[in-house]
Amino acid sequence: MKILFEKRKSTSVPALFLVPLFSFMVSLMLTGLVLIIFGTNPFSTFSAMAKGAFGSSNGFSETLVKAIPLMLTGLGVAIAFRLKFWNIGAEGQLTLGGVAAAWVALFLSPSIPSALLLPAVLLVGCLAGALWAGIPAFLKTRLKVDETLVTLMLNYVAVLFSEYLYYGPWRDPKGYGFPGSAPFPDEAWLPRIMGRAHIGIYFAVVAALILWVVFKRTRWGFELSIIGASQKAARYQGIAVERNIFLAILLSGALSGLAGASEVTGISHRLQQGLSLGYGYTAIIVAWMSQLNPLAIPFVSLLLAGILTGGDQVQLMMGLPSAMGIVMQGLILFPMLAGSLFTEYRIKFIRKQPKAACVEGEA
Amino acid sequence: MDLITSILTITIRAGTSLVFATIGEILTERAGILNLGIEGIMLMGAVTSFAASFYSHNLVFALLVACGVGAFMALIHAFLTVTMRANQVVSGLSLTLFGTGFASFLGQKLGPQSNNFRLVGLKGAKFTPINVEALSQIPVLGALFKQDILTYAVYLIIPLAWYFLYKTRPGLWLRSVGEDPQTADAMGIDVIKTKYFYTILGGILIALGGAHLSLSYTPGWSENLTGGRGWIVIALVIFSMWNPARSIWGAMLFGGINAVQFRLQASGTNIPASFLNMLPYLGTITVLVVMTWWEALSKKIGAPAALGAAYMREDK
Repeated sequence: MKILFEKRKSTSVPALFLVPLFSFMVSLMLTGLVLIIFGTNPFSTFSAMAKGAFGSSNGFSETLVKAIPLMLTGLGVAIAFRLKFWNIGAEGQLTLGGVAAAWVALFLSPSIPSALLLPAVLLVGCLAGALWAGIPAFLKTRLKVDETLVTLMLNYVAVLFSEYLYYGPWRDPKGYGFPGSAPFPDEAWLPRIMGRAHIGIYFAVVAALILWVVFKRTRWGFELSIIGASQKAARYQGIAVERNIFLAILLSGALSGLAGASEVTGISHRLQQGLSLGYGYTAIIVAWMSQLNPLAIPFVSLLLAGILTGGDQVQLMMGLPSAMGIVMQGLILFPMLAGSLFTEYRIKFIRKQPKAACVEGEA
Repeated sequence: MDLITSILTITIRAGTSLVFATIGEILTERAGILNLGIEGIMLMGAVTSFAASFYSHNLVFALLVACGVGAFMALIHAFLTVTMRANQVVSGLSLTLFGTGFASFLGQKLGPQSNNFRLVGLKGAKFTPINVEALSQIPVLGALFKQDILTYAVYLIIPLAWYFLYKTRPGLWLRSVGEDPQTADAMGIDVIKTKYFYTILGGILIALGGAHLSLSYTPGWSENLTGGRGWIVIALVIFSMWNPARSIWGAMLFGGINAVQFRLQASGTNIPASFLNMLPYLGTITVLVVMTWWEALSKKIGAPAALGAAYMREDK
């Protein structure tokens, strides 16, 4: 018997849903295995995680808190990945967005009317994220410099820069040596809707809807899809490949910048350590598990945020390492990747007919 | 003179893990496989070998553990990208995300009960520098002979890897798989097996690079011990133009940046530590831009032509 792989003309729709679901199950099983090895009951751990993340309004609001930056950065990463621009710099773009938002909130607030302060803070956050993503986008489209490394390296630079600010010149003189800036004025606080969860959730959902429409219904989205499929084909059709990639990556960075701005204005109300808890990296998992579909991203973000919140809960309750949630997320991607074989290829089993007939004849 | 010698000594020490990983990645990429999982593999190599050295006090065993872990993680990458034809970039990223998380998990779980199951702050067996008596007295160059045994191993691995790649038959086969798998296949080389073999061998070398960090350079375990070295290695591979012999220069450059950073910090400079710590990352970006610009001028710097592409055998 022979196995043939035939490239599908369009991706299989059932596989599009089944592969992420199956991958999540496999990740549960593998994590369960790790837990058993370390002498912990996986069933009670998983149920404690689920209860911790979704079982109470308090837990659910914490899950939302984590889902908001995941949605925004996940959307940003998805835009870039659709173009095969491997932007793994969402972490840095988020951080710089937070820094810039903090700058406006801390130093420009006296000169901006209070009603306009919050929009200004968020807008500058977006611009900073776009600027930070613009560096690798410029290097890639103008000089063909590999974007994977540049985006990643800029994460470290952005985080170190923010550290410099809150340990150094921006440090709160009344902070008793605590590393962090002074708190923002109240007008620069993002309204909250449930627990610590803030209206950033609306930005994220609206952004997901807009992006879905852009990709499905607009000319620009159509052009981006062609570029993503084949740059060569796009060039033949007269699409300005470089300019479109550059603009799309600015948008990608702006979404991560917005995530950073809404973190500082919605959660910490100051610039301090732990602005991003690795959201920019988890965003890669969000984007890939959503198969780069903007509409799937809010749901996948909720699931992954739930894993993180649940991970924190079992750390408190059962003394398990907080990194368990991260391990579980990491394990989702492997089956996802293996599964892409089934979404992109049709598998055919071919019996070698003549030979079989011959054997029967002999018998 | 003493200052230069001491900077050079630290440079070589800091460069050792980079050379291990760079040669590992060169071999992998020569087989046409881009492995972006270096950071994850190094971290896993570092945490497991440190745990092994803590419990067994046996450094050989610790290195073997790192080799096993590196081989296993690279096997995952080979399976996903070669057999399942998954995207190499995303598979490598997954390996790094998973490795980072799992290393941090193990660091909070593998320790003794007395340390709340943590590995942070513990001391295990470690490699110490062995001075080659007469040679280590030579001014400046004596720095080469005040190193630990893994660094001495690097002095051997660099020429060996170069000789293997350019002067032996299997080395030629390896290069042909990365350049033109169809032709290699037609010549009777088992492309799939070659890709698996060198991805795994590369993973072993990368994990040893991680082990050098936790067993010698900064003995012990701490979260994100590698601090992005795994990513710097990817730039170093480009910097060495996929030639193991040239891996020395990149490792010296980045080892040197580390050493200067270390020196400046110790001397109490006015430059904030945050900015000094940015140097390796800004250096990496600079290296990349310069190399890319150079490639544009001279057409080719040596990237394997079929790097990153999934190989699909046509039916005969």
